[in-house]
Amino acid sequence: MNSVGEACTDMKREYDQCFNRWFAEKFLKGDGSGDPCTDLFKRYQQCVQKAIKEKEIPIEGLDFMGHGKEKPENSS
Amino acid sequence: MVKYFLGHSVLRSSWDQVFAAFWQRYPNPYSKHVLTEDIVHREVTPDQKLLSRRLLTKTNRMPRWAERLFPANVAHSVYILEDSIVDPQNQTMTTFTWNINHARLMVVEERCVYCVNSDNSGWTEICREAWVSSSLFGVSRAVQEFGLARFKSNVTKTMKGFEYILAKLQGEAPSKTLVETAKEAKEKAKETALAATEKAKDLANKAATKQQQQQQQFV
Repeated sequence: MNSVGEACTDMKREYDQCFNRWFAEKFLKGDGSGDPCTDLFKRYQQCVQKAIKEKEIPIEGLDFMGHGKEKPENSS
Repeated sequence: MVKYFLGHSVLRSSWDQVFAAFWQRYPNPYSKHVLTEDIVHREVTPDQKLLSRRLLTKTNRMPRWAERLFPANVAHSVYILEDSIVDPQNQTMTTFTWNINHARLMVVEERCVYCVNSDNSGWTEICREAWVSSSLFGVSRAVQEFGLARFKSNVTKTMKGFEYILAKLQGEAPSKTLVETAKEAKEKAKETALAATEKAKDLANKAATKQQQQQQQFV
């Protein structure tokens, strides 16, 4: 899968490989400590956040999980 | 006015397999419309939950009538954020996904809860809710409100017009229009003024003649 920043795709794939291994073998088994992918993640983030700014993708200032409150079923 | 969706799906795989697959599902034969995928935030909380934010870009496929109505939107892909919380201790995952552009046209929000299937612990169920909304709905309501207000004002004019013409047709002397009344009033005023001037002139003449007569007496 490609990154939104063309130059970041290789870094993204490297990080993804590391993450997927750690996620299945450590994190899901209850061992969430010691993330071995932090360096790869840092490199990848530097690249992708730059691309996001250049493309003016509006990801700033958006609350995690939307608004964090329960949405009503039928709002008019 | 929001369109609401509620759905329920089952995957015949265990929760840990599903959670791991969640991060590896792109690309797949059914995701040709998904162009890019990036993790833009990730952290492990003190209580061992994984918080992530994933940025996706997807093609903006619209029917032709929508392309004609919203030409400015055609050229741009859709940016979508997917926030997720993976809780391995409780074996649940919650996601919230929504589009961050094209929002003035339409916003789709989806909230999913992944958990162990209540009938079969080797399966995973997904409870899915979605809300589809458009601010265009507000525009159409404003147009309706304005149309109704203008119509009511026109009804008032219609009834006044009716009353006017009925009175005109049923009255013994035809009642005049405002313009005719104004014209006649003007004419009448003119006549009165003329008469007054004439009278004043006449009085002045009469006074002058009398003075002459008196003066002649004292010679």
